[in-house]
Amino acid sequence: MTQTHPFVEIRHAQKSYGKLEVLKDISLSVERGQIVAIIGPSGSGKSTLLRAINDLDPLTSGEVWLDGLQVNKSLPHRQYENHINEMRQQIGMVFQHFNLFPHLTVRENVTMAPKLLKKISDKEADALAEEQLDHVGMLERIDYYPSQLSGGQKQRVAIARALAMKPKLMLFDEATSALDPELVEEVNLVMKKLAEEHMTMIIVTHEMDFAASVCDRVIFMDKGLVVEEGPPELVFKNPTQERTQVFLRKHLEGAK
Amino acid sequence: MGLDFSVIPPFYGTLALGVLWTIAITAASAVLSFFGGILLAVVALYGPLVVRLPFRFVAWLFMGTPLLLQLFLIYFGLAQIGVDLPAFVAGVIGLGFHYAVYNSELIQTAMVAVDKGQMEAARTLGLSRRQALMRVIVPQAVRDVLPPIGNNMIALLKDSALVSVIGVSELTLSAQLAIGRTYRPFEFYAAAAVLYYVINLGMEAVLRGFEKRNRLSR
Repeated sequence: MTQTHPFVEIRHAQKSYGKLEVLKDISLSVERGQIVAIIGPSGSGKSTLLRAINDLDPLTSGEVWLDGLQVNKSLPHRQYENHINEMRQQIGMVFQHFNLFPHLTVRENVTMAPKLLKKISDKEADALAEEQLDHVGMLERIDYYPSQLSGGQKQRVAIARALAMKPKLMLFDEATSALDPELVEEVNLVMKKLAEEHMTMIIVTHEMDFAASVCDRVIFMDKGLVVEEGPPELVFKNPTQERTQVFLRKHLEGAK
Repeated sequence: MGLDFSVIPPFYGTLALGVLWTIAITAASAVLSFFGGILLAVVALYGPLVVRLPFRFVAWLFMGTPLLLQLFLIYFGLAQIGVDLPAFVAGVIGLGFHYAVYNSELIQTAMVAVDKGQMEAARTLGLSRRQALMRVIVPQAVRDVLPPIGNNMIALLKDSALVSVIGVSELTLSAQLAIGRTYRPFEFYAAAAVLYYVINLGMEAVLRGFEKRNRLSR
């Protein structure tokens, strides 16, 4: 394809729950290899927007595109299921509460989806698990169950599980919010490593320092709208919008 | 007439055969009730309405009527309309479905209680709903209700005595055969009771093994 299009593109995303409008006509695009942070007060719609990208929370209207394909294409039910399952294989997601499968070992958590969906052999699956777990520094815990891991370790396994599908895009939904403060750093380090490897990432976060140090672009959302966006040095140091200023000031006070 | 347990040894073979049939019918019914219970639970929660309603009705039928009656209906009733099942098969179907309905109630409750994030994580990886149910939700639900399912299995073992009335020569019927020859009901019913208890102990050990294997994975 000669035509150029943004790697990830959200067009006029709108979502309502009954009368409550949580996303109000949001459009944004992300280039390949870019790392974008979405910040904003709780209830601003940032998680909803993130979860709309892989259609976990379907939009009321609007389009989501990834690498030239529409994610939330309108199709008959059965066809849509096949389509979305294929699209989701290309979009990794990491949750606030890890959502590891507690009945499976770390190895099985990582290999279940590739074995099921890519029909790889047990041997290939083992190699894949070892490679991905080594990448997040969790190789020694390969045969542990999630219940035997700390929060930070769980989240690193969850990242490995998502990466094992070789996604084109990674979504992080407050990946460190549920962690004890001393465990945040180990997860941040893994995310930084991914950034250095030019993984395209969209990160919903409350950690301004992390967003400032890793991200190419920061998007500030409030009440279902993108209020301000730009490089972190601009948004954090010289926000133009009053709402951004108020939010950042409050956040700074909260951090102290 | 005093008690004389020396009448038992000549019937060791009969009783042993009865034990084997009891184990066989219990094991077959337990497997049917386990997988049937999973199937019923998944259909009850996720099936289309046209399937869900008849399933609901059959479940209600199995729960609301006596097991003995169900066995009669399956064995004698179906034979009348041309479905001539061997007594063993009729017994397994009756016991298996009866307990499948009970297991399904347990599994449904547990499936609903599995954290919503589990389904989300599975779907996010690209699994279909069916794959997510079978690989992620059902195993966790079953794991969570393994102890009460175990209790159902023990009840199933005890209820397996009911299939003696349709002529499966399991332990109770074997004891009755021996009594018919010796007129010694106390000795043989007591012997059968002891044997049921021993089978029960074996079954509990197996169930404990399953539960132990599941200890870490929660």
